[in-house]
Amino acid sequence: MLTDWLLPMLLFGALALMLIGATRRVLAWRAGRNEPVAVVAGLLAMPRRYLVDLHHVVERDRFIAKTHVATAGGFVAALALAFLVHGIGVDSAILNGLILLSAAGMFTGACFVAWRRRQPPSRLSRGPWMRLPKSLLVFSTSLFLITLMTADWFPAGLVGWVFSGLLLIGLALGLAEMLVGMGWGGPMKHAFAGALHLAFHRRPERFGGGRSTGLKPLNLTDTTLGVAKPEDFAWNQLLGFDACVQCGRCEAVCPAFAAGQPLNPKKLIQDMVVGLSGGTDAGYHGSAYPGKPVGEAKGNPGQVIVDGLVSADTLWSCTTCRACVEECPMMIEHVDAIVDMRRFLTQERGETPGAGVQVLDNLIATDNPGGLDPARRFDWATDLNLPLIADVGKADVLFWISDGAFDQRSQRILRAFVAVMRAANVDFAVLGNDECDSGDVARRLGDDATFQRLARHNIEVLGRYEFNRIVTTDPHAFHILANEYGDFGGHYRVQHHSMFINELMEQGKLNLQPKALGRVTYHDPCYLGRYNGEYESPRSVLKTLGIDVQEMTRSGYRSRCCGGGGGAPITDIPGEHRIADMRVDDARAVEAETIAVACQQCTAMLEGVVEPRPQIKDLAELVSEALVTEERA
Amino acid sequence: MLPESLSKAVAGQPLKIAALVSVGQHPLSRRERQADQDSRAVELALSLSPQLPSLIHVGSAQNNALRAYLGMGLNSLTVLNADPDADAVPALADYLRDQPLDIVLTGVRAECGEGSGLLPYAVASQLGWPMVPRIVSVVSIADGHADVWQALPRGQRRALRVPLPFVASVDPAADPARQSAFGPAQRGNIDFRPCAAEPDQARADWEQHPAKPRPKRLAVAKGGTAAERMKAATAKPQGQGGQVMTEGTDREKAEAILARLVAEGVVR
Ligand code: SF4
Ligand code: SF4
Repeated sequence: MLTDWLLPMLLFGALALMLIGATRRVLAWRAGRNEPVAVVAGLLAMPRRYLVDLHHVVERDRFIAKTHVATAGGFVAALALAFLVHGIGVDSAILNGLILLSAAGMFTGACFVAWRRRQPPSRLSRGPWMRLPKSLLVFSTSLFLITLMTADWFPAGLVGWVFSGLLLIGLALGLAEMLVGMGWGGPMKHAFAGALHLAFHRRPERFGGGRSTGLKPLNLTDTTLGVAKPEDFAWNQLLGFDACVQCGRCEAVCPAFAAGQPLNPKKLIQDMVVGLSGGTDAGYHGSAYPGKPVGEAKGNPGQVIVDGLVSADTLWSCTTCRACVEECPMMIEHVDAIVDMRRFLTQERGETPGAGVQVLDNLIATDNPGGLDPARRFDWATDLNLPLIADVGKADVLFWISDGAFDQRSQRILRAFVAVMRAANVDFAVLGNDECDSGDVARRLGDDATFQRLARHNIEVLGRYEFNRIVTTDPHAFHILANEYGDFGGHYRVQHHSMFINELMEQGKLNLQPKALGRVTYHDPCYLGRYNGEYESPRSVLKTLGIDVQEMTRSGYRSRCCGGGGGAPITDIPGEHRIADMRVDDARAVEAETIAVACQQCTAMLEGVVEPRPQIKDLAELVSEALVTEERA
Repeated sequence: MLPESLSKAVAGQPLKIAALVSVGQHPLSRRERQADQDSRAVELALSLSPQLPSLIHVGSAQNNALRAYLGMGLNSLTVLNADPDADAVPALADYLRDQPLDIVLTGVRAECGEGSGLLPYAVASQLGWPMVPRIVSVVSIADGHADVWQALPRGQRRALRVPLPFVASVDPAADPARQSAFGPAQRGNIDFRPCAAEPDQARADWEQHPAKPRPKRLAVAKGGTAAERMKAATAKPQGQGGQVMTEGTDREKAEAILARLVAEGVVR
């Protein structure tokens, strides 16, 4: 019969083509910078990472999660079995039956894929991705019928040359998409690249419920600082880009995209794919960068990315809010890539936009972004008589002030927190003028040299004293101290004031008499929530204050950024809306009269929104207002 | 972008420009830094010279503040090796005399040390070149002359024609310096050259004190409304030769303004 020799040829031919393509792909990734990975451990961990960690994210969309299990599970099983039965000719009724089952499962899944694709939401890409459900259906149907036929479970009269010929063509088409396309950059590439990406992920700590959000340090003696060309990325970053399924979940949560700034994280990842494989973005069929045409970007592994592939505006629009990373089912690291490319722009090209240059120069000359007199950092607290750790030598809590010291609005938050600590008789002390900017802004603006200098300075200063923990009202400082100083030898127990106040409350150290505030919502700061997983403490503080938080639709790990992170207010890339306005609209939608915040940057951004709007209050302020202190009583 | 006439001149024979740079001092933190005016001089030099201008420093510094100039996109910096108390003027003049140069640019005054602003004059006089103070841009270069804009107080500009070669100081009103990038700054080459700099004898005997802002006498306006007194107290001295027109049609007023602009050389 025709199938006897054609079937194995088809299968092994497709496999060979796939392997050739895959090898080319692997070589393209290996053009990236060397980065050691645990090969065996990674490969062994891969199935678990796929089944548990990845599915944990995919599960957020139940429909697609179930669809994917049926389709992918059916496909992998059916294909493996097909190689056994049709490829090397194992003749077994059980195996034949299993093929039929798997193909049927895959078919069912494919029907749902097709259903989703009838009117796909704008975040999904079209083009070849619209073809995929058809390919899935054709492949599963052909395999099903061919298996019936070769197993002689078909009414003999129906099997003719024409029919089996048609089935073989169907199978060939299916294999072209499903197997050959996997190696040659078709939609199914995600299965092959995705599996390896999970195995060789640059942040393996993320799997198994862990968290890894600190930026990686830059080696300041590199011949090119940061990423200029696709080949300057670590090889497993390139691999990661290739894993993208263009699901657009990142696009749907990106505040810069929603504000009409020229950034779309999905397109960015696809442009990186264009860069690593060479070519143009003409084959991209998803949403563009707002305000920019598609089809004009060109790139190849050795070409500088900002010269023709991605415009610098795109890179500077990002607030580093990590919403995209949190949402990405393939666990791609957008923020790492963006900051890597910013490092090149700032440290090689000297092209930090907007007020960024001024801010960096100020940080270099005065250790604060405003260029203010470093000897006046501690002036805000002249009347508070705060204990300097240099005088007392040691304390339970080292209160990290941050640059809020120079800002009048932030000073109100700092004073409120001092009042709370005093009410609870906390043994605390401050660094005073010895504290410097944490380096957050410098680092996110791509100036790792300045960040590293500030980090080393602060670590040296902190090393002189004895304290049990650092507490700060600034989530950015919290993140940096907790997660990014470690690479330079600074290991501390750090708490955000929300965590610390919550502890004080649980220990009954605060005597509170809550006031009625009307409807209150809570805005999760990115650097507290997504960066550090702290969603509960602030809510619990509010609850103790007798506040019933009206949650916004985008809250918790899906909180929308205020627009203040990543130096975005400094580089100030124009869009159609302001991110802060959109965020206040989120609060208006739940008719909040007060937005409780836990970050001075969020306070500044949200208070910058034109009135009438809900009032903005930091947790520290809310708590201090509810304090019953002896002096007052 | 270079003005068209300038690019042609440049295309014919490349301009050779040097910028003299010093280590500055941040006014608040007192930290060493790239001096602001010297950086503007480097910026102007970079905008004029398609071939990289040369950078020259007298001293012994080899710190990040000095390297920051390299971060503006230059490959190398020449340091004429001298003690901090040496007199930079003869060292510079000796060095510059042997260089084929068209223009030497520097800031108006240093941010620390003597900071008298005399260095460009002294160097020019030793070289026998003209010195143009406080320029903001070079408009064109032709027939061995340069047309430059000089900054005057309150935003006024004066057009000057200067024969090459010349020394000029660059006013703080000139374009700000481009960002200094850390990578090139670290990798740039610092070329140390010995020089026979003598200690500055005159300065050795001076006593130094931190500067204090001096009180300024205000012309106290008596009488009038509060608004008038406020105006009198805050008004800047007016330039001579102005005219206040309260009568006349809009056209007449516009013509008077235009005539003034033509007279000032702002409109031709
Ligand atoms: S980067 Fe991740 S979230 Fe964005 S489209 Fe690709 S797979 Fe989806
Ligand atoms: S980090 Fe935030 S702003 Fe940046 S691309 Fe991701 S979602 Fe958009």
